[in-house]
Amino acid sequence: MGETERGVAVQAENVAKGFGQRGVLRGLDLTIGAGEFVAIVGRSGCGKSTLLRLLAGLETPEHGRLRVGEQAPRAGNGAVRMMFQDARLLPWKRVIDNVALGLPSERRGEAAWALAEVGLAERAGEWPAVLSGGQRQRVALARALVTRPRLLLLDEPLGALDALTRIEMQGLIERVWREHGFTALLVTHDVEEAVAVADRVVVVAGGRVDLDVRVALGRPRHRGDARFGAVEEAVLGRVLGHRAATEGSGVGERPPGERPTEPALARVG
Amino acid sequence: MSTLLEGRLGRRMAPGRRARAAGTAVAGDRRGGSDSTSRLAAHLAPWAVPVLLLALWQALSRFGLISERVLPAPLDVARAGWDLAKDGRLLDNVLVSAQRAALGFLLGGAVGFALGMLNGTSAWCARLLDSSVQMGRNVPHLALIPLVILWFGIGEAGKVFLVAIGVAFPIYVNTFHGVRNVDAGLIEMSRTYGLSTWARFRQVILPGALPSILVGVRYALGIMWLTLIVAETIAAQQGIGYITMNAREFLQTDVLVFGIVIYALLGKLADALARGLERVLLAWHPSYAKGA
Repeated sequence: MGETERGVAVQAENVAKGFGQRGVLRGLDLTIGAGEFVAIVGRSGCGKSTLLRLLAGLETPEHGRLRVGEQAPRAGNGAVRMMFQDARLLPWKRVIDNVALGLPSERRGEAAWALAEVGLAERAGEWPAVLSGGQRQRVALARALVTRPRLLLLDEPLGALDALTRIEMQGLIERVWREHGFTALLVTHDVEEAVAVADRVVVVAGGRVDLDVRVALGRPRHRGDARFGAVEEAVLGRVLGHRAATEGSGVGERPPGERPTEPALARVG
Repeated sequence: MSTLLEGRLGRRMAPGRRARAAGTAVAGDRRGGSDSTSRLAAHLAPWAVPVLLLALWQALSRFGLISERVLPAPLDVARAGWDLAKDGRLLDNVLVSAQRAALGFLLGGAVGFALGMLNGTSAWCARLLDSSVQMGRNVPHLALIPLVILWFGIGEAGKVFLVAIGVAFPIYVNTFHGVRNVDAGLIEMSRTYGLSTWARFRQVILPGALPSILVGVRYALGIMWLTLIVAETIAAQQGIGYITMNAREFLQTDVLVFGIVIYALLGKLADALARGLERVLLAWHPSYAKGA
């Protein structure tokens, strides 16, 4: 399909990154197919945001190899766009000019299209300060979409929103992903969110991939569904199960026998 | 549309006319009048105290309770001002003073802004230069007057130089502070969105630092007048300071007081300009947008 060609494959091999004495990523391996929607969950400080920042080119890895398509990550790569936990709109630019940020002047017209994509066409002339938190994130999504990225990195973009707005935004992100066919990598601490939107859920603990499962549920997904609940339960159990390991030694080595088997999930790799 | 506008205007006009019929706007307000009269009263309220003080001053002078040698009556000051304005001396001297102020402000402001930007964006430059600039900042620039007279004599250059020195530091400090406090998240975002260094400066750093820079501008305008007054009273052959010093020699207290009033008016004018600049440039800012 033409749509999946729009996405770009992502590869991380034995990636390590630390801040000061603290190692955050310790030999992480992850392969993401073109056009795939992968969610990364894990406890605070497990390194999931660091992985995203590495892929955005905001940090450089100490060891290992990272590839976005054929290239090493680089900040300002037009094919990669990132959404942050806060919208990070420029308060001194009107909504439409925020969306057009970084667009060459001859393509500025596309900003209106992107704004319509997220349902905010009529707010084009407003200052960001008058928008609600959810609307600001939708503008940030439009700003990311306007260059038609091949990889969208989402760093807990819905973490600060109320529960209802969050569900709406999840639907919106899922819709634009299906329409545009980019590769999406969502970092979240909300397991339900991960299961609701992603093809694959990856649990990161101790700086490595601890669980990598395919969510074998059709779309759109229904939160009340028993199978949905089963997947969510299994991932959540896995995230919670490592309290001792992450708080204790600080090094994420676990006995191999600890891995549970989840019948509702298909393990990847 | 036009009938609606007329209707609103008509409603707004009516109480005003009623108030005028009753004598003064204040009288109308006391009767517990409508919206527009209370709005008028709110506009007039800040003037009540100065007007009252002026009236009191005039009365005290009139009854000989304040000696004319100490403080001339307000009407005498006004008359002295009128005499100065009539033969064009006032305008000439105001223009000379304003020119010195503007030139010094532009030169000093440019240096302060450039240094602030440099040190704000480059940690290395800040390490190299900031402590030296801070040292210079702590020297009262008016203490340089004897040195400046030695260097430049009593010509224009010395006064412009002093104003520039005085203005440069507040602009520097506030530009530096403003740049340093631009949201790091926005700078990071602009990196991931591929903005060039120049685009990042123009679209992210400069507008982010602008509220702080404008605070520096308002503060610097105050310093600008202060420096000019001192410089002009010490050594000048033209300008408002020269008028007041001349008046002192001939014991013309009315002219002297008028010169002070002119300084106050020019200062107020400069401040109003700075506020206008804030309203236009910071229209996006929730706490400045009220007026817009």
